[in-house]
Amino acid sequence: MSEKRLSIITTKGTLDWAYPPFILASTAAALGFQPYIFFTFYGLQLIKKNLDLRVSPLGNPGMPMPMGMHNWFPILGTALPGMEAMMTAMMKSKMKSKGIASVEELRSLCLESGVKMVACQMTVDLFDWNAKQDFIEGIELGGAATYLEAAGGSDITLFI
Amino acid sequence: MSNFDQELDATGLNCPLPILRAKKALATLGGGQVLRVVATDPGSVKDFDAFAKQTGNTLLESRQEGNKYFFLIKKNG
Repeated sequence: MSEKRLSIITTKGTLDWAYPPFILASTAAALGFQPYIFFTFYGLQLIKKNLDLRVSPLGNPGMPMPMGMHNWFPILGTALPGMEAMMTAMMKSKMKSKGIASVEELRSLCLESGVKMVACQMTVDLFDWNAKQDFIEGIELGGAATYLEAAGGSDITLFI
Repeated sequence: MSNFDQELDATGLNCPLPILRAKKALATLGGGQVLRVVATDPGSVKDFDAFAKQTGNTLLESRQEGNKYFFLIKKNG
């Protein structure tokens, strides 16, 4: 059985959107695939040493809120100071109560199982980040051609 | 009456943790040995089926009892 390959481009840096790439890559590794994740723009938040990922109900009418708040709470109210922190804390505690792994845990499982992670050099420069200082170990830097080379040999490619 | 060599308690865990833990547990077993997984995630029924097919291991049994799901996976090779 030849090894299948999965390559993912990750562009989003919020708590909710951190899940799909890490869940799919870790599971792919467990199924014997060779997974590859390319992080670009806000997706780079997911490889920072200290994760500070949040969710926001602002501009997200699809996000259910406690007590049916998404139905009656004024949209402008979701922009109030503290709302984002409160919603993030609620989401995290809900996830914990449902036995859902933390992003940190899934990311460690990805690294343990040999998921290859590449950060987009251009966006690292754009945000003035220092790959060595800011990112976890095991991250390589690369550009569009690097990604396309990996994607070209992949059985599955996803843009998240 | 143990028809398995190792048991993994994945109760309370949600996708994809039961699969990831099972993968780790299987790595410690030898060929022909059997892992029993107990889970509560309803999605694990289809997931363990797919896991076995993709990894070439044999899903000997997939059974539901109340809110619990029991899987017997034989490690091939």
